[in-house]
Amino acid sequence: MSSWDEYVNPVVRRIPPSGIRRFFDLAAEMKGVISLGVGEPDFVTPWRIREACIYALEKGYTMYTSNSGLKELREEIARYLNRAFQLRYNPEKEILVTVGVSEALDLALRALVAPGEEVLIPEPTYVSYIPCTVLAGGVPVPLQTTMDKGFRITADQVEQAITPKTRVLLLAYPNNPTGAVLPRTELEDIAAVAREHDLVVVSDEIYAQLTYDGEHFSIARLPEMRDRTVVLQGFSKAFAMTGWRLGYAAGNEAFIGAMTKIHQYTMLCAPITAQVAAIEALKNGLQEMRQMVRQYNYRRRLVVNAFKEMGLPCLEPGGAFYAFPSIRETGLSSETFCERLLVEERVAVVPGTAFGPSGEGFIRCSYAASVANLTEAFKRMAGFLQRLKKTGAAIPAQQGAVHSVK
Amino acid sequence: MDENKRKEILELLEANARQTPQEMAAMLNMEAAAVEEIIREMEQEGLILGYRTLINWNKIGLERVTALIEVKVTPQRDVGFDAVADRIARFPEVRTMRLMSGTYDLAVEVEGRTMQDVAFFVATRLAPIEGVVSTTTHFVLKSYKENGILFEAKEETAPRLVVSP
Repeated sequence: MSSWDEYVNPVVRRIPPSGIRRFFDLAAEMKGVISLGVGEPDFVTPWRIREACIYALEKGYTMYTSNSGLKELREEIARYLNRAFQLRYNPEKEILVTVGVSEALDLALRALVAPGEEVLIPEPTYVSYIPCTVLAGGVPVPLQTTMDKGFRITADQVEQAITPKTRVLLLAYPNNPTGAVLPRTELEDIAAVAREHDLVVVSDEIYAQLTYDGEHFSIARLPEMRDRTVVLQGFSKAFAMTGWRLGYAAGNEAFIGAMTKIHQYTMLCAPITAQVAAIEALKNGLQEMRQMVRQYNYRRRLVVNAFKEMGLPCLEPGGAFYAFPSIRETGLSSETFCERLLVEERVAVVPGTAFGPSGEGFIRCSYAASVANLTEAFKRMAGFLQRLKKTGAAIPAQQGAVHSVK
Repeated sequence: MDENKRKEILELLEANARQTPQEMAAMLNMEAAAVEEIIREMEQEGLILGYRTLINWNKIGLERVTALIEVKVTPQRDVGFDAVADRIARFPEVRTMRLMSGTYDLAVEVEGRTMQDVAFFVATRLAPIEGVVSTTTHFVLKSYKENGILFEAKEETAPRLVVSP
């Protein structure tokens, strides 16, 4: 390619393009595709939230806000975190409003990781964690999880991965792509390791409200963990506000102060329109949010049932809106499975490998789709699996050959 | 537990009464037969009163006229408004009826084929009922929303990405 590539920072050049990107291009060209490949709600932002934003625009709310975000919003966030998750933060100095959790994650890693320090990241992993760690100068250390262990990391696993350079433990539960959640007892064990080895925890809890069995429990609630943890949350998933790009970080004053320093030079502030909308979401949108969560829960059961009927092993997701079934027994790689499913049946799902090597043999299906679409997609998927079985593509080549001789 | 299942079934049915027990069973993690059984129970208990279709009649050019009639009533000893209300409610022309706080008592929604139909009903049936003090008729010009459903939903067409992280 052009030698201009060589002018690009080698750190950036070495980052592989997102595994989702290629799939996106392929699917975008096709017609009649039912997509279970999306990482965002299929709901539109509740009207009251949109209406509040429109009103604010009419009133001329078009200027910068303070770096940390509108005071009223930070106060609402503090109140909400306390009420919903029993997390207590001072809105003056311990909360920072960001451009989505994406920015908050970037800030946290840049603020907390020095060059060469290691970040422990559960895998399969959301696509941003490793690149953001690398861009922050850190060294990502994947902690591979498996379906038989519920895609949950263990305290032992964390402990064994620790070196003198380990600085941050990244937690992401409820998890994208697996739907796994970490119960309190397991968080307690992990917290003990974090305390013992003086680790900082960055806890991405963007799916916290989308927890279906019981309540979400944040590691920051555990003794001595509040100040050791940066909690990341946002409005995208629970309030169906992905395009507004609004999230926040909560943590001790030093951490949030350091993140604010970067934020003020790189972002200045989150968009005021989104901030005004978010105030309305927290003040008056909780009921509609819970309504959406109930809908996801119906679909979750539908999806789990569908995979059971298709005979694909699948962990029952405790949170988020993804199912992560195993397609190993088809004999196809994740990539091939997804590509063929897309081309032959016009159903888009995401290959597990987009979330790291331990995602091989799995696919991510989002159930943020209408019941009608889910039902139709599973019908097509079942047909695809049937065909795989019949044509022998599903069984190892040798056996397939024997079949064809007969 | 069971009470919760009932509520969930009701919520699903309220949103879409045409879902099959099989579909609902999948969403509730139950057997279809059990869903059917619970629905039958709730029908028998009068918890589920019926299943209706929400229709935009204007679309097939069927002339229908709806009026909201404010009715003032003299309450009666022992039964209050209920006796008069019951007499009014039994007419098939009355689609919806509620007892209200404020300047009048009963809000009666009446449907007919023409304005004359409605006016005739009010003049000859409703107003003469003993205990009815006065009526004020408001004809409906346009329906924007009924039972939580927008009549001309024109929004929410923005495309989502097909695949996103």
